Amino acid sequence: MQRKSYEGAVACLPVTIPYRRYSTNSAQWWLGRALHELIKRAGLRLKDIDGFAVSSFTVGPDTAVGLTQHFGLSPRWLDHIPFGGASGIVALRRAARAVQAGDADIVACVAGDTNHVDSFRKTLSTFSRFAQDAVYPYGSGGANASFALITKHYMNSYGAKREDFAKICIAQRDNAMSIPHAMMKKKLTLDEYMSARPIADPIHLFDCVMPCAGAEAFLVCREDVAKSLNLPSIRILSTIERHNAFPNDPMQIRGGWELDIGELWSMAALTPKDVDFVQTYDDYPVISMMQFEDLGFCAKGAGPDFVRSHTLTNDGTFPHNTSGGQLSVGQAGAAGGFLGLVEAMRQLTSQPLGSQVPNANACLVSGFGMINYDRGLSSCAAVLARAA
Amino acid sequence: MTVDLMAFARAVANGDIRVIDLTQTLSQEFPTIVLPPELGQCAPFRMEEVSRYDERGPAWYWNNISLGEHTGTHFDAPIHWISGKDLPNNAVDTIDVAQFIAPAAVIDCSKECAADPDFALTIPFVEQWEARHGKIEPRSWVLLHTDWSKQPYTDYAGLRDDGAHTPGPEPAVVKWFVEQRDVHGFGTETIGTDFGQGQHFNPPYPAHFYMHGKGRFGLQCLTNLDLLPPKGAVIIAAPLKIKQGSGSPLRVLALVAGGNA
Amino acid sequence: MTEPLVRPRRKNPLKRTRLPLRPQGVRSRTAHGLTAAAAEGRFALQICLDCDTVIYPPRDACPSCLSARIPFREVARGGTLIAETAVRTTTDPYFRERTPWRVGTVKLDVGPVVVAHLHGDAVEGGRVRLELKLDKSGSAVAIALPEKDTENMADDPHLREMTCDPKFRRVLITDGRTGVGQAMAKAFSDAGAAIVFVGLADPWKPFAGMAGLRKIERVEIVPLDVTDTESVTELAEQNGARIDIVVNTAEHIRAGGVVDRHGLTIAREEIDVRYLGLLRLAQAFGPILRFRGADGVNSAAAFVNLLSVHALMNWPAYGGYCATEAACLSAAQCMRAELRPGGVKVVTVFFGPLDIDWFQTVPPPKVTPAALADAVVRALQRGLEDVFVGDVAEDIRQRLAVNPKALEREMAN
Repeated sequence: MQRKSYEGAVACLPVTIPYRRYSTNSAQWWLGRALHELIKRAGLRLKDIDGFAVSSFTVGPDTAVGLTQHFGLSPRWLDHIPFGGASGIVALRRAARAVQAGDADIVACVAGDTNHVDSFRKTLSTFSRFAQDAVYPYGSGGANASFALITKHYMNSYGAKREDFAKICIAQRDNAMSIPHAMMKKKLTLDEYMSARPIADPIHLFDCVMPCAGAEAFLVCREDVAKSLNLPSIRILSTIERHNAFPNDPMQIRGGWELDIGELWSMAALTPKDVDFVQTYDDYPVISMMQFEDLGFCAKGAGPDFVRSHTLTNDGTFPHNTSGGQLSVGQAGAAGGFLGLVEAMRQLTSQPLGSQVPNANACLVSGFGMINYDRGLSSCAAVLARAA
Repeated sequence: MTVDLMAFARAVANGDIRVIDLTQTLSQEFPTIVLPPELGQCAPFRMEEVSRYDERGPAWYWNNISLGEHTGTHFDAPIHWISGKDLPNNAVDTIDVAQFIAPAAVIDCSKECAADPDFALTIPFVEQWEARHGKIEPRSWVLLHTDWSKQPYTDYAGLRDDGAHTPGPEPAVVKWFVEQRDVHGFGTETIGTDFGQGQHFNPPYPAHFYMHGKGRFGLQCLTNLDLLPPKGAVIIAAPLKIKQGSGSPLRVLALVAGGNA
Repeated sequence: MTEPLVRPRRKNPLKRTRLPLRPQGVRSRTAHGLTAAAAEGRFALQICLDCDTVIYPPRDACPSCLSARIPFREVARGGTLIAETAVRTTTDPYFRERTPWRVGTVKLDVGPVVVAHLHGDAVEGGRVRLELKLDKSGSAVAIALPEKDTENMADDPHLREMTCDPKFRRVLITDGRTGVGQAMAKAFSDAGAAIVFVGLADPWKPFAGMAGLRKIERVEIVPLDVTDTESVTELAEQNGARIDIVVNTAEHIRAGGVVDRHGLTIAREEIDVRYLGLLRLAQAFGPILRFRGADGVNSAAAFVNLLSVHALMNWPAYGGYCATEAACLSAAQCMRAELRPGGVKVVTVFFGPLDIDWFQTVPPPKVTPAALADAVVRALQRGLEDVFVGDVAEDIRQRLAVNPKALEREMAN
C-alpha cells in the first residue's frame, strides 16, 4: 500500500535552548526549559498541549509518563523516542500522523540531555547490552572507536581521504560562525584539521562532536492551528524510517536509507536536485558522506568526489548542515537528533539563527543513530518544504 | 624429721639452690618425631594468634596453640607403650604427683656421641660411670648427657636414607636400669628416649618397652644437661593433667645445690 | 614480529607502585558463556541448533529464526581483519594508561563480525585467528592473533595483559619436597621465570629431590611451611613484594573415605596442609599480589591452585582427601572475587590421579608431575583460569556435564 501523504499536518516553532559544555542541571531541567519556551512563544496554556513526544538519554529513571507529572501535562497522546540521531524525524512523522488522525491537536516534540562531568562515560559504558558485552571492553573508545573502524573501512573501500572529511568539517565550521551558542566557533583551517590530536585512527579531534548539554523542540499541529497561532510552519512532503537494515554487511558501508530512498523522493515528487539545502546527521563526517550517497545525491562510492566537486557552505553549491551541525554546535545527547530538523525549520521559515540559505524552499533532513554494537542501526529522512 | 620448706625457698631465692631449665622452647621449627608418612603423626607445635591488641581483641594478646602429646620437651607415661598399657595409674592424670620430683644421675657420653652419632649406651659404660661417681641411687632419673641438644636440626634429627641416627641405650642396659638399679625413668636430649636405629633391637625400642613396661617414665628433648652434676640434682618434671594422656609437653626444671655456677 | 620483552630492571624501591585498574567487566548473563569458554581456552560462540547460524554478540534469540536453542559451541576461529583503529582517547582509566590501544573488526569465516583486541602482528586486510581471553576484569574478550605464530608473539603487550606468562616473572612454588614441586620448579625455570622461589618445610628432613632442585637454574630455596602461619607470614613479609605468581604445590594425599577411616588425625592433617594452608597463603600473599597487579612487566599475575579433579565429584576410595580438595576449590572461587580488583588470576588446575607414590595402587592413566607442571605453565602462558590435566580429569569433566548423578554412582565402583 502506498504511504498516505502528510497533508494538513505541519511543524512549527523551532526552539533551541542554548547549549552548554557541562551542566549541573538535570535532563528534566533542560526539557522543561524547552517546553516552557514552546508554550510561551506560541501563547499556549499548558493544557493546550495534548500530545507530547520526548527524547532523552539522561532522563532516567523517568519515562515519558513520569515527565507528564513532572511538567504538569495531561496529554492524550504520548511517545518516548530515545532514538538518538533518529529522534527528530521519528518524532515528527509520528506526531504528524497523530495530528492527521485527530489523536492530538498540538504535539510538543522535545529532545534534550544534560552533560555532567562524568555522565558521558557512564552513558557509553551502559549504552546497550551489546555495547556492554562486546564493545566497551575493547579499549573503551566509545563511538569514536566504532566510527573509526567504519571510517577506516570506508576509506579503504572508496578512496576517501582525510582531506575530504576536512572539507565537510571546515564548511560546517564556516556555517557555525554566526550561531551564538555553537560550542566551536573558531574558524577551522585545513592545517588545523590535519594536525589535530588523533582520537582513534583515522578519527582526529575535529571529526568528533563535543558532548554538551542542551535542548531542542518544535510543535506539530494542523496547518490551520499554526495559522491561528500566527506561527510560520513547514510542510512535510515525505519521510522514511528504517532500523537494522543490511545486517549481513560485514561493516557499515551504507545506512538503511538505501532501502527506502526511492519512496522518499517519489512521495515528495522531487528529486535530489530539487532541494535547496541538506541537513545530514553528522556525528562523524564519514556518515555525512555516506548519506550523500544513500540519499541519492551521488552514486555509492562517489561520496569523496561529490564532496570535492561542491562547496558545502550556506552560500555554496550544496549548502549542508547550515547551522554548523553537531560538529560545530555540539551534541546535546538526543537533541542532536533534532538539531538538523529544527535548523531546517528555521531556514524554511526565514528565521535563521545564523546565515540564511538563499531561496530556501525545500530541503532534505536525515537522521541516523544508535550504535548498538558495530554500526548505527536507525536511519530516517524527511523532505520538507516552505509552507505555501 | 621436720622439713624447713622456708629454708628451701630462701635457698632458691638467694641462689644457694640453682634452678636450671632443661626445656627446649616450644617453637614451630623444632623437629618432631618422624614416622612413615602413612602412619598417624605427632602434630608439631603450631600457634594461631587470637588477637593482638586489635579488632579481634582490642586490649589483649593471646594465641591458640596446637601440638601433640609428644611434641617438644615432653614426658612419656607408661601408658604410652603397649608394654605399660595395663599398669595401674599409668597415664599423666593418674600418676602419683610425688613421682614428678626425683633425683637424677647424669651420664656424660657427649665425647663419644660427638665421635659417633650411633653411640649406644652399654652396661659396661654405665659401670665405669658408677666406678667414678658411685652407684645410681634407686628411684633416680637416668639422664643421658649427649650434648645432642646443641646440634643443628639436621644433625639433631639425624635422618638418613635408612632412618634416624642418634645415640641411645642398648636393650640390655635399659633392662639392667629397671631391674638392677630401680631407676625412676630415662631422659635424653634426643627426640626419643630410644637409640635412633632402635627399631632393629630386640625388643625394638627397648627404652620404651622396658621403662614403661615397669611403670617408669621417659623425658626427651631435654637441654642443658651439661650444666648438671653427675649426681645430686633434683628434677621437677610435672606433665599436664591430660585425661588418659600418654605424655605431655612440660617444663623440666633441675635443682642444683651451690651458687655461682 | 613482536619486539621481544626486555628483562625488567630491578625496581627502584623509592618509586611509587602503579595501582591496578581493570576494564569494565560487567556482562550480560548470556555473554558469560564467552567467559566460560575463555576460562578453559576454548573458542566458543552461540550456534542456533535450528538454523545453524553462528551468533555474536551473545543473544537470547537467534536473529535468523528466533529460536532460543542457541548454546555456546566451539567454532572455527579463522577470519579476516577488515578494519582497525588505535584508540588514543578514552574515558576509561584502565585503557587511558595503555593507549594507543588497537582494536579491529574481524569478519569470521563462520559468519559473525567481532570487534576484537588486536595482537601487534595482526594486519589489516590479513587473516587472523580469534581467541577468547579473560582480561584484567576477569571477563571474556576476543583478541585477534596473526594466523600463524610469529616470533616472540607472547611478548605482545596487549596479549600479555590477558595472560600470566611466567617469562621474567618471579614465582613461588610453595613445596619443593614433592615430585610435583620439583617438576614445577623445573618447568618455571625453563619458561624463563626470573626467580623460582621454592618453599621447603622442615629442612632437617632430607629428601631425594633436594640435589636436583638445587641444580635448577634460578631456583632459590626458602623456608616455608604452609601449616605454620608464622612461617608463611614471614616469607610474605620478606619476599612477598617480589613474588608475581604463587603455585601451591603443598600436597596431602591419603586413601580412605569418611566412614571408613579411623579417627580424624589424617583429616586434620589434610585440612591443615591443603585448606588451611591455602588460607594462610591467601592471607599472607593475596593482599600484596592484588596491590601489585599493574606493577610493570613483572606485575603480580596469578595464584595457582592444583586440585584433584575429584574436588568436583568425590571419589570414595580417597573420599576424605576429595572433601578437602572440594573445600579448596570453594576457597579458590572466593579468592577469585577477592583478587580480581588487582587483575590477578586465580587458576584452578584439575588433575587426575598423579603418577606418584600416593596413587601407587591406582591403575593408569596417570598424570606425571612433569606433565602437570607443563600444563600449569601453558595455562599461565595462555591466561586460562580452569584447566583439566590428564585423561581422567577430562573424563570426569565431561561425565559431570552430562549426568552428575550417574557419575556419583559410578565413582563408588
